[in-house]
Amino acid sequence: MLGRISLRYKIPINLSLAILLTAIVIGTVLIWRSYEEVRNDLFRSSVELGTVLSRTLVAPLKHDDVWQAYQILRSAGFRIYIVLDEQRRIFISNDPTQYPMLSELRTLGPEYSALQAKIENHASLTPFLHERAKDERLYVVIPVIDDGIQIANVIIGYPRTIYWPHLLNIAERVGLTSLIVMLFLIPIGWWVGNRTVDPLVQLSQVMSRVGSEQLEDINYKPLNRDDEIGQLGRSFDAMIGELKEKQNLEGQVIVSERLAAIGRLAAGIAHEINNPLGGMMNAINTYRRFGRSDRETESTMFLLERGLKQIHETVSALLVEARQESHDLTPEDIEDVRLLVQSDAQKKGLQLVWNNKLDRPLSLPSTPVRQVLMNLSLNAVQAAEQAGQVTLSVARIDGLLEIRVSNDGATVSNEEIGHLFEPFVHNRPGGTGLGLWITYQIVQQFGGDIFVHSEHGTTSFMVHLPLELAA
Amino acid sequence: MVNSRQLLILILCLMLGLGSSVAMAREQVATLRIGLTPVFLDNKLSILRIWQRYLETRLQRRVEFVQRQTYREITDLLLAGDINSAWICGFPFVRYANQFTLLAVPLYRGQPLYQSYLIVPATDGSTRDIADLQDKVFAYSDPDSNSGYLVPRVGLQRMGYDPDTFFARTFFAWAHYDVVIAVAEGVAQGGAVDGYVWDTLRQLHPEITQRTRIVNKSRKFGFPPLVVNKTLPDEDVRLLRHVMLRMKDEPDGVLLLRELNLDGFVSATPELYEGIRENVIYMKQAELDVRQNQLTIQDTY
Repeated sequence: MLGRISLRYKIPINLSLAILLTAIVIGTVLIWRSYEEVRNDLFRSSVELGTVLSRTLVAPLKHDDVWQAYQILRSAGFRIYIVLDEQRRIFISNDPTQYPMLSELRTLGPEYSALQAKIENHASLTPFLHERAKDERLYVVIPVIDDGIQIANVIIGYPRTIYWPHLLNIAERVGLTSLIVMLFLIPIGWWVGNRTVDPLVQLSQVMSRVGSEQLEDINYKPLNRDDEIGQLGRSFDAMIGELKEKQNLEGQVIVSERLAAIGRLAAGIAHEINNPLGGMMNAINTYRRFGRSDRETESTMFLLERGLKQIHETVSALLVEARQESHDLTPEDIEDVRLLVQSDAQKKGLQLVWNNKLDRPLSLPSTPVRQVLMNLSLNAVQAAEQAGQVTLSVARIDGLLEIRVSNDGATVSNEEIGHLFEPFVHNRPGGTGLGLWITYQIVQQFGGDIFVHSEHGTTSFMVHLPLELAA
Repeated sequence: MVNSRQLLILILCLMLGLGSSVAMAREQVATLRIGLTPVFLDNKLSILRIWQRYLETRLQRRVEFVQRQTYREITDLLLAGDINSAWICGFPFVRYANQFTLLAVPLYRGQPLYQSYLIVPATDGSTRDIADLQDKVFAYSDPDSNSGYLVPRVGLQRMGYDPDTFFARTFFAWAHYDVVIAVAEGVAQGGAVDGYVWDTLRQLHPEITQRTRIVNKSRKFGFPPLVVNKTLPDEDVRLLRHVMLRMKDEPDGVLLLRELNLDGFVSATPELYEGIRENVIYMKQAELDVRQNQLTIQDTY
């Protein structure tokens, strides 16, 4: 039950309880201390009073002058005075009806029996305090001493309620002070509690979304602090980052596996088609060389030949052969592509930003690289907005050739990106649907990587081609 | 020859001398010292002042009241001649009847008589007689008091008790007023008190007297008298007696008597105190018997 209460309430409540407990403990200690003080004061003043009394009582005691003794003790207010003679009988008291003359204390009830026992067991001639929790009164016993000999005892009795007004007063003050302190501390406690708990609550809310929502939508900004909550936030942020990366990688793996399967399928089919196709082409050539030909047959053959050529071209396009013999890639090769793209770009009124950072030849075959550049650039020009911008950069970075091409055309969705490199995928009218397929196959064959990123009206392709492997 | 100037001086000297001798004479007879005992409520200072002025006006001399705690001290002062007159109890008067002269006796309820009351706390509903107070605490007023000492003791002796051992404890409160207080507040379970004082106290402070109960009243005795000793010349005694006896006839005297709760003062003969005298004789004889008994017992062992 208690476990279900939010920390948002639990921390301030616990804080308030701690404050309350502290107030109670301090209050109890203060009250106890003042109780002891009052008790000591009472004892001290009683001993003073009793000492004065005992001096004045010496003469009446010696002369057996009860009346004089009574007049000394009369009108004591709430106090009770009892004078015990040497035989410990009541010589006189200020309330003779309650404490009759000549009677013994033990005959007056258990409270006084205990008092008498205490007096009898008290050997020394010093005053002492007798207090028991169940008694109605507390007693201070002062010996009356004349010439070094104890001749009597003066007992001063106080109602035990004598403490109460004082203790109540203290309790009232302690309570009031605690109340004021709590009035200040409890809002501070709530504030501190909320401040402590808020980041945790935020974190827990974000955490609860993991699994039920897309990771891309979950954004958590860790707090800039070094305590446990800060560490927890950073760990969570790192975890989300890793999860996102993992999901990304999984997506990429699925895409590339699919593409590889398609590639294998395409290559297989192409080979299977190319063999009979070669036979058919040879048959047509043979027929043309040796056969009689009339006009009608000739036109039929032409049609057949054209169809077979188209099949061959299509199949050849699917069967990308990157490792054709060609010279090493030079900076000029890149510039050649620029010239070829320039005219298309101008037609659309595009701004073409061309960053060719190569300064010497690279040990990469120029033809496939040029084809990759060509395909990506033309694609970008096609995709760019009218009078938009296409940016291309080619640079050598750490044993890689990096090609970046970006345009400001319509954003491509993640779903579309997954199928972008499949053959015969048309995103625009008039294309063969093989440009990106070829590009992908070339990059794969060079052991490189190709990345697509489309966001906020910018679509970029990045190609990494390893130089080592190519050499 | 004596000239007129010398004569004038002589006359002046004579006048001055005469004046001073008159002043001296006044100084010598100036103060009449009257002793007071707690036979009445002597703690009311305002009455004493009025009474003092009353006497000074009538006697044409200074009057001083002398108060002491015990009857004994006043009796001793009177015997020694340090005071001229005193208002004492009938008991010391009987004892020193040959040395003191009766001046006047107060009239109380029309008679020069009063009683001794035996009182107990109002909470005590059972005591019917002094004999019921055996082994209790008893308050006497003064060992020289008739009503507060002699009467209860003789009462016990007549019943055959020894008053010295009858009670568990006795004490002297030294004033009838204090006997009433002692019984009212439960210090003593019984006390003997001047009936006149108790009655007067009941008028002034009923809240005190109603905390006590009168068990019984003694027979009537001569009221505590005003006496003089031999220090006072007869004419002064006559004048003083005249002033006292005339008090009930003077308007301011009547006011004063009302304050004292008395009807007046009358002259009396010592026979008025015969009852007290009988008691004194009885008590002495009884005490003697007790002592002899003790001696006999001692002899036996």
